[in-house]
Amino acid sequence: MLEIPCPWCGPRNESEFVCAGEADRKRPSDPEAETEEAWADYLFNSTNPKGVVREWWWHVSGCTRWFQIDRDTVTHEITPVEESSK
Amino acid sequence: MTRLANGGVIDRQRPLHFTFNGKRYQGYEGDTLASALMANDVLIVGRSFKYHRPRGILTCGPEEPNALVQLVSDGDQPNLRATEVPLREGLEARSVNCWPSAKFDLRAINSFLAPLFPAGFYYKTFMAGRWDFYSRFIRQAAGLGRSPKERDPGRYERVNHHTDVLVVGAGPTGVQAAKVLAESGRDVMVIDMQASPGGHLLFHSCQIDSQPGVEWVSQAAVELRDRKNVTWLQNTTATGYYDHNMVIAVEHEPAESWLRERLWHIRAKKVVIATGAVERPLIFPGNDRPGVMLADAVARYIQRFAAVPGKSVVIYTNNSTAYAHLETFKAAGIEIQGVLDLRESLSETELGLASKSKVPVVVNSRITGVQGRSAVKGVTYQDESGIKTLSCDLVCHSGGWNPLIHLYSHAGGRSRFDQESAAFVPGERAQGAYSIGGANGTFSLGQGLKEASEIANLLFGEKSDDSASSALAVPVTEGEVSYRIDEIWPEKGLKGKAFVDFQNDVTTADISLAVRENFRSIEHVKRYTTAGMAVDQGKIGNPNVIGLVSRELDQEQTSVGTTTFRPPFAPVSFGVIGGNERGLLIIPARTTPMTDWNIANGAAMDEAGANFRRPFFFPRAGESMEDAVAREATAVRTSCGIYDGTPLGTFELHGPDTAELLNRLYTNRFDNLPVGRGRFGLMLREDGRLFDDGVTFRVDETRYLMSCGTGAAGAVYAHIDRLLQTEWIDLKVYLVNVSAAWATMCVCGPMARKVLDKLESDIALDPSFRFLDFRDGTLEGIPVRLARVSYTGELSFEVNVARRSALKLWTILIDAGKEFGITPVGSETSGVLRIEKGFISPGHEGDNITNPFDAGMGWIVDMTKPDFIGKRSLLRDMRLGGERQHVVGLLPDDERAAVADGSALLPAQQELSRSGFQGHVTAACFSPTLKRTIALGLLKDGQSRHGEKVIISGLENSCPATVSAPVFYDPKGERMRG
Ligand SMILES: [Zn+2]
Repeated sequence: MLEIPCPWCGPRNESEFVCAGEADRKRPSDPEAETEEAWADYLFNSTNPKGVVREWWWHVSGCTRWFQIDRDTVTHEITPVEESSK
Repeated sequence: MTRLANGGVIDRQRPLHFTFNGKRYQGYEGDTLASALMANDVLIVGRSFKYHRPRGILTCGPEEPNALVQLVSDGDQPNLRATEVPLREGLEARSVNCWPSAKFDLRAINSFLAPLFPAGFYYKTFMAGRWDFYSRFIRQAAGLGRSPKERDPGRYERVNHHTDVLVVGAGPTGVQAAKVLAESGRDVMVIDMQASPGGHLLFHSCQIDSQPGVEWVSQAAVELRDRKNVTWLQNTTATGYYDHNMVIAVEHEPAESWLRERLWHIRAKKVVIATGAVERPLIFPGNDRPGVMLADAVARYIQRFAAVPGKSVVIYTNNSTAYAHLETFKAAGIEIQGVLDLRESLSETELGLASKSKVPVVVNSRITGVQGRSAVKGVTYQDESGIKTLSCDLVCHSGGWNPLIHLYSHAGGRSRFDQESAAFVPGERAQGAYSIGGANGTFSLGQGLKEASEIANLLFGEKSDDSASSALAVPVTEGEVSYRIDEIWPEKGLKGKAFVDFQNDVTTADISLAVRENFRSIEHVKRYTTAGMAVDQGKIGNPNVIGLVSRELDQEQTSVGTTTFRPPFAPVSFGVIGGNERGLLIIPARTTPMTDWNIANGAAMDEAGANFRRPFFFPRAGESMEDAVAREATAVRTSCGIYDGTPLGTFELHGPDTAELLNRLYTNRFDNLPVGRGRFGLMLREDGRLFDDGVTFRVDETRYLMSCGTGAAGAVYAHIDRLLQTEWIDLKVYLVNVSAAWATMCVCGPMARKVLDKLESDIALDPSFRFLDFRDGTLEGIPVRLARVSYTGELSFEVNVARRSALKLWTILIDAGKEFGITPVGSETSGVLRIEKGFISPGHEGDNITNPFDAGMGWIVDMTKPDFIGKRSLLRDMRLGGERQHVVGLLPDDERAAVADGSALLPAQQELSRSGFQGHVTAACFSPTLKRTIALGLLKDGQSRHGEKVIISGLENSCPATVSAPVFYDPKGERMRG
């Protein structure tokens, strides 16, 4: 059971969250300009690295905030990601 | 009765009666089932798994491999270790894996067939032919214990706990670490497996700070427990060490009498593992016979329970531990026939202890056999001068100590083989796990206490000289026998059965065979021979397996490596994992305000997605499901029905960019939807496949109310919330799930308006109230939002109302509708009405390939919009073209045909070949309106095949059918607009 640092609620048990995949998969701003390959890559592929990966997590059973963390897939070490000012 | 008159922690004033395998016995308060059986001279407690050899108690703790029992008196609990079951009045237990009895087990014939059951027997024998044929026989013979048939009467709970430090084990080192940490002001939690603190000092006499060790520990424990920053649990086993320093522990029989067990989820910053070590067996022929026990266990039974397992003992050892027990054995009246020591020489201390107790020692000797089948009669051994025998009724052996590195290993820590102590000890650390004392391979008490103080000071980076804790001096110990071991393996090709895994019946021969068959990795040998894979998880036998393999491979133990320990350390009951979440609480069912009314009015309830249960149909006396559905559907088509639509998901979207958001979410446009109107919308996934549909109303310029399918509500909410928070963070929209705020009831059918007209209302129901309009007002004084939405294809009013008023309004509507024959309608009926109308249901017709064009919903896709979720993927579909499966209607030739959902659609010519699969039935029913069977399906190129014949091929039967448009009733939709 990981302990996930929610920027709003603080550290909480993993069971309160949903991991929503890799954060660098950003929806293209103009999908129609994408080649078929690039679009398929966006839809279906993750990099799934052995090591640090930046992920989206959703605190669905808490404050419902979406936020990013860096998680090491080997050690499960987690580093919070500074949120850019919106 | 072999019970000493004095000593032990049992309460001789409180005798307890219990039954084992049908026979009545007596023990005392403070006994375990194992100690009570021992005091009653019960030697055979079970049978081994494969050969069904008689087995007796081997150990005194959770590592026990033999004495597994089924506890019948307290619920029906299988596979409990008798060494861990506290005795109580009326306890009733049985051996597992024996038939018909432990003493006379018919399947012991396996023992004579042993040459037929080598390692990998099952893999080799049952390869050919049909597994299901063999499995009937194997299943009957396999399995330890019996699954309970009754509901578990025990009650359980789960709790979370956060602490700075968790100390696992309240032996001397754990307590010393806790003292130092508590002094430094940290929050400390101490959990200990046994009933009272003390660890191995409960069984061994040693002095700490000039007082008996066990007193030193209990005094420290009493002081610690009083502190505000200390939480202390006895009878609590840490079963696993998980990510981010979460340790899960099971507390047995907590003080609260209604609980059997409590599961603790403990999140600690650091974890001190002071779990000690367990003794490991020596490997010799007959080492599994009842009456052959581990030396330390025997000392424990004597010291703690005053239970003595024999009168005359031969001790067999390769290390110093057994010498410390000689006095204990003698004091208990056991005659010591001699110590057979595998080593070539003894230390001064060992020699001194032996001569003090006047015990003959034979060095350089090894046991070659144990006499007696169901009770020990003697041993044969070999020394420098040849083969000899000794008579005895008890053999105590000690092969050294295994540090309990399980938790350390769960945490991700490595282990390494330490030559000097001949043990696997903690190596490279992971997470915040720190092992001390026996668990760290530090077998000297004095060293262990020093280690405890040092680690405790180091944990939070404090220097040992500036914290208050450094004032706590390391306690001084006396009376220890320093640990010496010389690991000497049995010769290769040992004759007779020498066991390395008692529970799974793995012998030295099995290990040799596995290596001969070229299993090299220890992980493979383990799986092939099943060594270490039984309930005891190889706690005592694993190092022996590794040692033997290294010997067979002529490699160092270090290079053979070790298997990974995985949770749980000890078996965990399903009950405690479930906690309170059992029965109806596993997944609490969601209800609507009408649920009670529905049940009271005879609804057959059914699962309806999103944890709702709702009426399936409302059978009247004597009605079959088909009858009830036909009656309900006919009412909707000819007069009036009422339907509880509360489970639908409802979201409120509010903010200046809401119209833009909806434009991007749906395939069609919502920015041009007039206020006061609703519009049907279709939502796709980004891959262009059907996701959800529903009607969205525009409440005012910037506020919309969206409805979606019951089962999809959670996914739709996540979808929108994700886009708003991660992709389109510039859009100013609030998303609020208001599903639980509203209740919804649909009054549908040609008489629906007449029913509503009977109610006092400020809403005009004249033709100006058009299809897909909504109006706010009151019905009989109750505020409502009335909408003209139809899920049935009939004139229909959806009444949305605050939950608290819902039931009242529902009964008013039922009363008002009586004269028009208003009929409550269940979900099965609405399914039939949907199929008749050919309304696409993404959950049925959408099969993760279907796009809106396939579903005949191209009319709702506005490809001129700059972008919407799914558009890019639809463009690809359109560009690729090709043959796709389309939604079609199917009219079977046999108008009463029973068609199952999922039946295959085959071309008409290929009825028998079952090849040429062209699609499948997505929904089928008997239509009470059309008086025939109708179906929807996905069919290859279906839109151009209306009028063609296909074969509907189900598991049971097949029938020809005509392909049609997927709308069977009122294709122009005039009725619902009326
Ligand atoms: Zn949160």
